[in-house]
Amino acid sequence: MKRIFFVLSTLSLLGLLQWGVTTLLLDGPIRQGPYYYQILILAGINIVLAVSLNLTNGIAGQFSIGHAGFFAVGAYMAASVSYYAGPAIRGLVGFLPLAGQDAAVLLLALAAAALATALAGLLVGIPSLRLRGDYLAIVTLGFGEIIRVLILNIDAVGGARGFSGIPKLSNFFWVYLLVAAVIATVGNLLRSSYGRAFIAIRENEIAAQAMGIDVTRHKVLAFVISSMFAGMAGCLFGHYTMYLHTNSFTFVKSFEIIIMIAIGGLGSIEGAVLGAVLLTVLPEAFRGFESYRMIIYSLALILIMIYRPQGILGQASVLKRLGARMAARRSAQGNVPVTAPAADGGNGG
Amino acid sequence: MLTLSHVSTRYGSIQALTDVSLEVEKGSVATLIGANGAGKSTALRSIMGLCQPHAGEILFEGRKLNKIPTHRIAAMGIALVPEGRAVFANLTVLENLELGGYLQRDGKRLRLDIDHVYEVFPRLKERMAQMAGTLSGGEQQMLAIGRALMAHPRLLLLDEPSLGLAPLMVHAIFDAVDRINREGATVLLVEQNANLALKRSRKAYVLETGRIIMQGDSADLAKDPRVQEAYLGE
Ligand SMILES: Nc1ncnc2c1ncn2[C@@H]1O[C@H](COP(=O)(O)OP(=O)(O)OP(=O)(O)O)[C@@H](O)[C@H]1O
Ligand SMILES: [Mg+2]
Repeated sequence: MKRIFFVLSTLSLLGLLQWGVTTLLLDGPIRQGPYYYQILILAGINIVLAVSLNLTNGIAGQFSIGHAGFFAVGAYMAASVSYYAGPAIRGLVGFLPLAGQDAAVLLLALAAAALATALAGLLVGIPSLRLRGDYLAIVTLGFGEIIRVLILNIDAVGGARGFSGIPKLSNFFWVYLLVAAVIATVGNLLRSSYGRAFIAIRENEIAAQAMGIDVTRHKVLAFVISSMFAGMAGCLFGHYTMYLHTNSFTFVKSFEIIIMIAIGGLGSIEGAVLGAVLLTVLPEAFRGFESYRMIIYSLALILIMIYRPQGILGQASVLKRLGARMAARRSAQGNVPVTAPAADGGNGG
Repeated sequence: MLTLSHVSTRYGSIQALTDVSLEVEKGSVATLIGANGAGKSTALRSIMGLCQPHAGEILFEGRKLNKIPTHRIAAMGIALVPEGRAVFANLTVLENLELGGYLQRDGKRLRLDIDHVYEVFPRLKERMAQMAGTLSGGEQQMLAIGRALMAHPRLLLLDEPSLGLAPLMVHAIFDAVDRINREGATVLLVEQNANLALKRSRKAYVLETGRIIMQGDSADLAKDPRVQEAYLGE
C-alpha cells in the first residue's frame, strides 16, 4: 500500500515537473530554454549510468570499464525496435490516443533494451566474474570496443553513417522516471541482504564466501542489473537525440562514467548523482576547453585520489544508512555506550 | 565428524598437500602443527572448498565436501577464521558481526547471536562502533572468531589465531576457543606455536612439506623428542 502510494506520488510529481519544465524551457519565456532542457535530459541519463555502474564498481567492488558498451547495446536495440517495429506496434494499439501509442512503442523498446543488455551482462559477467582479479576490467573493455566495431558494420542500424530517423519518444518524464527507478532499485538492494552480500564481497571475497555468500551469483546479479539500467538509459538517450552514432559510445564515455562515480564517491548513490550532474554541467560551462576535456578529467581524478580518495561524498552515506539501522537496533537492545571511532584511534595497531 | 582420507592438493605444479589423512572427533579440539609452508593453511582451504584437492576425499558428518562450493560448505556448518584474520576493515565491529550472521534471516536471532559474541569477547562490545581496521591485532582476531561464531558452526577452523599476538592476548583468545568448544563446537586448530597448540588440544597432527609425519594424542606428542626438537625449541 505504502509502496503503491509512493509510486503514484512519484509519477504525479514527475508529470507535474514534465509540464513545468516543458512550459518553462521549451515553450516558455526563458531564452535558450531548449538548451537547458537538453542538459537536464543528459544529466538524467548520466545519473542512470553513474548510479548503475556504481552498483558494480562501488558497491560490489568489481571493476567494470565498459559501461558505454551496454549503453550502446541498449540504445541500438531500442532504436531498432521503434524504427522497424514501431509502425506495427502502433497498429496493434491503434485504439489508443497518439500519446498512448508513443508510450507503448517506447515501453516495448525499453523492455527490448533491458532484455538485450541483461543477456549481454550475463554473457560477459558469468565467465569473467567467476575468476578473481581484474578479468572483468579487461573483458568489459574488450566488450565495449567489440560492440562498437560490430555496430559500425551493421548496415541496418546505419553503420558508420549513424542511425537516424529514430522517433522522438523520450522526454523529461521518462528520463527522470528511470532515474527514480535506478535510485530506488539500488537503494533497496543496498538495504537488503543482497546489499550486505555485495559489501562483504567488496571488502573480502574469501571471507564473504566462508560466511556463506554465493560470491559469483551476487557479482553476476550486480553486474546484470547494472548493465540493464545502462541499456535502458541508452534507449531513452536514442529516443531523445533521434540519432545514434558509435562515437557516443567509445571508451571515453565509459571512462567518463567511472570518473563520475570516483568524483562523487565510490559506493554512494548520492555521490554518483552528484558526480553525474557535475560532469554534465561543468563541461557545458567550460565549452571553450572542449579539447582539453580528457586532460581536465584526468587531472581532476588524480587530485581527488590524492586529496579525497573516498570521493566528494565518499562512503559516508552508505555507512550512515547502515549505521542508522543499527543504532535503531541498539537502542532496542537497551542503552549501550557507543564509542566514536576517532576516540579509539590511539589503540589501533 | 571430519575425515580427510588421502587428500592431495596442488597449486599449479606446486604440490602443497600429499596424501593427508586425518580425523577430527566430534566435540574435540584437534590441532595441525607445522613450520612455515608446511601446508597447514592449504589443508583448511581444502576443507572449506577454497581450493580443490586433486585426490582423496573429505567427509564432514558423513557428507562428501569435495567439489562443493565454499558458500554451501559454510551453510553446512563449517566456519573458517582465515589466516591474517581478514576482517572487513572498512566496516565497524558490529557490521562485521552482522555480515557474519549473513545466513541468519531472523533479526531477533541475529541480535541474540551478537549478544553471545559480546559475552565471549566483551572487548568487542566496547568497540562495536569502531572500524575493524583500526582495532589492535588481538581485537581483530577476536572479531574474526566472533564473526565466524555468528554462523553457529559445528566445526570451527582456526588458522593461526596466535599469529603476531602478545602472550596475554594469545591466552585470552585460547580461553575463548576453549569456551566455544565447551559450548559445543568442534575445533580444528592450525598453529605454528606448537607448544600452545599441543596444550590446548586432544589430538595433534604434524605436517611437514605437505605430509603428515606424526600424529597422536597431543599430550604424547608434546613429550616426543622429535617434536620437542623440531617444534618446541627445547
Ligand atoms: N595460491 C598459491 N599459489 C601457489 N602456491 C601456493 C599458494 N598458496 C600456498 N602455496 C604454496 O603451498 C605451500 C603450502 O602453503 P600454506 O600456505 O598451506 O602453508 P602454511 O603451512 O599455512 O604456512 P604458514 O605457516 O607460513 O602460514 C607453500 O609452499 C606455498 O608457497
Ligand atoms: Mg598458513
